[in-house]
Amino acid sequence: MEERENREPLIELKDIYKIYQMGDEEVRANDGITLTIYKGEFVAIVGKSGSGKSTLMNIIGALDVPTEGEYHLGGEDVSDMTDDELAEIRNKMIGFIFQQYNLLPKLNLLENVELPLLYAGVGAAERRERAMAALEKVGLKEKYKNMPSQLSGGQQQRVSIARALAGNPSLILADEPTGALDSRTSRDVLNFLKQLNEEGNTIVMITHDSSIAMEAKRVVRIHDGKINFDGDVKEYAAIL
Amino acid sequence: MLQSFKMALRSIRGNKMRSFLTMLGIIIGVASVIILVSVVNAYMSTVVESFASMGVNRMTVRVTNIETRSVSDDDMYGFYEEHKDLFAQMTPQVSVATVIKHGNDNLSATSVGGYSEEYLDMMGYDLAVGRNIQYSDIMSRQKVCVVGYFVANELYGGVEAALNQTLKIGGYAFKIVGVVERQDEDELEEGGTDDFVWMPYSVATKMSRNADITNYIFATNSTDDTEECKDLLEEFLQGIFKDDDLYNVTANSEMLDSLNEQIGMMSAMLGGIAGISLLVAGVGVMNIMLVSVTERTREIGIRKSLGAKKRVIMQQFVIEAAVTSSMGGVIGILVGSVATRLVGSLMGITANPTFGAILISFSVSVGIGLLFGYMPANRAARLNPIDALRSE
Repeated sequence: MEERENREPLIELKDIYKIYQMGDEEVRANDGITLTIYKGEFVAIVGKSGSGKSTLMNIIGALDVPTEGEYHLGGEDVSDMTDDELAEIRNKMIGFIFQQYNLLPKLNLLENVELPLLYAGVGAAERRERAMAALEKVGLKEKYKNMPSQLSGGQQQRVSIARALAGNPSLILADEPTGALDSRTSRDVLNFLKQLNEEGNTIVMITHDSSIAMEAKRVVRIHDGKINFDGDVKEYAAIL
Repeated sequence: MLQSFKMALRSIRGNKMRSFLTMLGIIIGVASVIILVSVVNAYMSTVVESFASMGVNRMTVRVTNIETRSVSDDDMYGFYEEHKDLFAQMTPQVSVATVIKHGNDNLSATSVGGYSEEYLDMMGYDLAVGRNIQYSDIMSRQKVCVVGYFVANELYGGVEAALNQTLKIGGYAFKIVGVVERQDEDELEEGGTDDFVWMPYSVATKMSRNADITNYIFATNSTDDTEECKDLLEEFLQGIFKDDDLYNVTANSEMLDSLNEQIGMMSAMLGGIAGISLLVAGVGVMNIMLVSVTERTREIGIRKSLGAKKRVIMQQFVIEAAVTSSMGGVIGILVGSVATRLVGSLMGITANPTFGAILISFSVSVGIGLLFGYMPANRAARLNPIDALRSE
């Protein structure tokens, strides 16, 4: 903890509430969450389904805004942004890795990886160069002309990691990144995430699986919309 | 922008059948606008042409010469030569009221008149045999004549038989130098279309014992110039006579004007009806684009999560709709052009697709694509990325 506090905060969540109105009932998906994540951390957010971890991920990922509370990402207040402003934040600061890879089936690997750069307005030549570099990093440079459907699940997940890296984001946000993979490929992906973290990337990983969460350095557990554990991975292992 | 076009083309190619069906509406709409407007235009212009052959491009000039102010045939020819760009033909017209005879046979209802060598062209007739009246015949007052089919047939028993024979007109012997082809296929009767004798106007003037010629016929190059030609003639005659009671110019084209008006209305009406089918096609485009947005909700979610702004998503779908409908428009133009020719040849007229119809139907189809593509595109742009990502 001492070590972290000397570092620059990247994510600052202050009293975050996300409240949905379901008919007459009020659902508090996030019920007062305060959390700070520093640059260079590898954090796993763990929780059962319905715990509110996905809602938290949406807010951290600037896909949604909280009902109440403040969210600063890289020093910018994201809490009250419009849709287009959020889109820009996502584009510039966040690289998403999804459970279902979410590659566009009609684009080849290169075009898929180029997408965030395209939306950032990067010129064609530089776009291609950076996308190829990202593909090379995940070991799929040779297959850049292939379509996603020609790849295995693990390879597709690597493409989506390349896409997340291409924009050179401040934060890599992985939503159940191993959820659709077998245990061996899962290991590869997790090792790759660790490697990225060692290279200085900040990674936030959402998972329901404690054994996956153990791969991170710090674990935050969500229960009923509240944080009920926050500590490094050794402390987490102790309470399991 | 370029990327959006590429993506649109890819998406159209990816769904060939559906894209084609969407385009089919536009294709039919555009083609029918082109066919209807072009065929109506072509049909009407053949009607106008047949009117023109009946003399719509002609105007008759009557003058009353008085001692101090008069117009001679030389004056008229002078005017005619000066405005050769507007006028196609001109002839003096001198009617001779007389009976024509060959041996013991005679015809009394025959229209006998003196004209210039251009009268044949003006009437749009062709000779069956022999030659036309020539300029030299007029100058040297040769007693030669060109007769109609009825005259040749009635008095000589045939076209060939009449050639170079002598015809007595008002007591003078004329040589028949040419016979005009039969004009009226249905009827052949006394006083009909084919019952006429033409002679050099100089000869006719002498026979009618009139010192000067009072009637002229002018034919214009184009029916569009009628007004201008009439004004020119009146101006010229006013300059000489200083009194509009002494001359009279009558254009045969008054009825053509109302005909043209009707053509315009007709083709606008039919074009409008075909235009409705374009509108229906536009609704088809909208329908398909809405389906496309629903189907690609996940794709939109992915794009948005990667930072695509509303405008970008919007642009993608609007361009796709516009590309679909303009491709349909281009195909429609090709189909319409070919079909126009086909329909034209079936109707026995030369129909060419009019530029206006092509331009209008194409721009309407692109416009419809943009208009009806807007609503689905707007829906796509407004999708919430979280919901969109969650959809299957």
